[in-house]
Amino acid sequence: MSKHFMEVKSLQKHFPIFGGIFSRPVAWVKAVDGVSFFLKEGETLGLVGESGCGKSTTGRTILRLLEPSGGSVEFMGRDLVTLDRAEMRSMRRNMQMIFQDPYASLNPRMTVGSIIEEPLVIHSIGTKVERRKKVLSLLAEVGLREEHAARYPHEFSGGQRQRIGIARALAIEPRLIVADEPVSALDVSIQAQVINLLQELQERHKLTYLFVAHNLSVVEHISDRVAVMYLGKIVEIADSRKLYAEPKHPYTRALLSAVPIPDPDIKPKRIILEGDVPSPIKAPTGCRFHPRCPVANADPTRLAKCRSEDPPLVDLGGEHFTACHYVPEADQIFGITRHRQPGQS
Amino acid sequence: MATKDELWKPEKSPTPPPGTLPGGAHIVDEASPALRTVPGEPMLEVKGLCTYFFGEEGVGKAVDDVTFTVRKREVLGIVGESGCGKSVTSLSIMRLIPNPPGRITGGEILFEGKNLLALSEEEMRKVRGNKISMIFQEPMTSLNPVFTIGDQITEGIRLHMKLGKSQARERAVEMMELVGIPAPRDRLDDYPHQFSGGMRQRIMIAMALACDPTLIIADEPTTALDVTIQAQILELMKSLQARLGTSIILITHDLAVVAEMAHRVNVMYAGRVVEEADVRTIYKTPKHPYTIGLLCAIPRVDKPEGKLCVISGTVPSPFHFPKGCRFGNRCPMKFDKCEAEEPPLFPIKGEPGHAARCWLYEPDKQDPTTEKEVRRKMLEAGERV
Repeated sequence: MSKHFMEVKSLQKHFPIFGGIFSRPVAWVKAVDGVSFFLKEGETLGLVGESGCGKSTTGRTILRLLEPSGGSVEFMGRDLVTLDRAEMRSMRRNMQMIFQDPYASLNPRMTVGSIIEEPLVIHSIGTKVERRKKVLSLLAEVGLREEHAARYPHEFSGGQRQRIGIARALAIEPRLIVADEPVSALDVSIQAQVINLLQELQERHKLTYLFVAHNLSVVEHISDRVAVMYLGKIVEIADSRKLYAEPKHPYTRALLSAVPIPDPDIKPKRIILEGDVPSPIKAPTGCRFHPRCPVANADPTRLAKCRSEDPPLVDLGGEHFTACHYVPEADQIFGITRHRQPGQS
Repeated sequence: MATKDELWKPEKSPTPPPGTLPGGAHIVDEASPALRTVPGEPMLEVKGLCTYFFGEEGVGKAVDDVTFTVRKREVLGIVGESGCGKSVTSLSIMRLIPNPPGRITGGEILFEGKNLLALSEEEMRKVRGNKISMIFQEPMTSLNPVFTIGDQITEGIRLHMKLGKSQARERAVEMMELVGIPAPRDRLDDYPHQFSGGMRQRIMIAMALACDPTLIIADEPTTALDVTIQAQILELMKSLQARLGTSIILITHDLAVVAEMAHRVNVMYAGRVVEEADVRTIYKTPKHPYTIGLLCAIPRVDKPEGKLCVISGTVPSPFHFPKGCRFGNRCPMKFDKCEAEEPPLFPIKGEPGHAARCWLYEPDKQDPTTEKEVRRKMLEAGERV
């Protein structure tokens, strides 16, 4: 059995593209293609990447909101992928999700009270009176007032709706929460409120978060460890400070150097990549980053290897995993790309 | 001295410029090359602009008495959250406010000596897309999906520059080359959906530049893009701006993007400019509690430690602004005067060009410790969530 709180092993999710007169699958979108990582209890793992890299699909596939095409997810001694419907349903008591769009993820015809109560009803927890009490305490916990329970979602602002979504996720006291871009639809001042709330709830309830987001600054702020995805694969996982201070994979280096910094006096050395992320339908062979990779393209023998062999995720020491054939060579090309000045912790 | 035509030619060099890496990527070390053009004399003056929306709920004062100046070769950043009036300001300059329900009810917009608000619709059409052009946030919705991009780029060129079809196409190719679209001649007859998001935004920029405008209004030009593509587009805008000397009004909610691009910054809140200063001053010594709160509410990759500041509450609706200072109900520093009367923009002593709309900075009361106090209270609010 795995020693970690949750262990995901070569998880896959392929979506078929139907075509032809018989509507047979003519191609596959390999949204998640062999993703492996683990979660430690009580930590926050950030999952970052650009649009289409498969980070949201990974989050949903772990909860089996999407059926995995392969791989395993070990959680509390069971492999979630092999559970049947009833077993999965009871397992879901331990895992909940917070969605990106607080406008689309709350039923407009239900009052806030019944939205938050619903998970308790589904899992038949408590009597009506107890559930009612629980709802009120949840509202207070996320910073809403008791009288809000009788109102409808449209009466709330975006930030308040996200609080409702968080209260709903907390209702059945889960151990793991998958948060899919929970703050990216919110304005800056509201975003900070929600981030602080999520951190406080984690401390109080000993929650484990899988935090999926594209905003690298937000992810670094909230995460203990960070995994970077590119075209359905994880290219690097490390402790978040280490990853941001000394990224090893050429893609991570470029990604981090592209983040704008709100200080006109800091001019980071910026690696500007050429072109766009290729389509996951026709992902490049071997290392998927090789067509855009400055390290692979510097040398024909390297390019040949990167084109044919998919690099495995290797531990460089201290749980800093990266999937690149040429880490020392990358150090040479980029220099040690420190995003942060040494001395700044 | 290069002639204007030479300036327009894309820089082609047989050897790749320094910093170019294999695979086409390149390293930009921004410490050295000066993006910074030096701004010249004023070219656009917005004075007391009021744009109101008239609805069932009453009057929504989306933009209320906004005054600012854009100088030649200057990048002015307008920052604020949703509903602060930054986009309505830009649409007002272009006179693109849908009427009804909206109407520009007061003020002047002086552009190269003419008041745009006094022009007839026909005269205005000669300004739009010609002297002043706009880059929108979502390149997919602002490009017409049923016309080729060649048609769309040449439309403005033929109209404003009075060029024939083939000349206009030449100009379009030149523009596409300028913004870095590979094989532009072959792509001229492609439709918008055949381009990626980043390429579409490049096309928008090519369209905006096509008629040699003196002012470009860029409304959230990189918000819809991924971070590596955003870096490409910002790079492109910076180098074009430095080369062509166009003035830019950059409208965005992203304080980091503004820090990279702008010379001066206006912070807007609830239809008003609440603080204005040059870019360094805004980030180093912000004065208005709203600006201070915003700056310490964003997590930063370069300084990850610490709790985030919280600005409690939400932005008020433009139909129901609070009495007195519009930020009053969210401000940790609020005192009696804030509720009674709205503060004007007070100039900050010793910092020319810096002004804040806050009673804390009345000329005889300015105190350098105020800023620290505001930050402390905002952080306290963060502790309480």
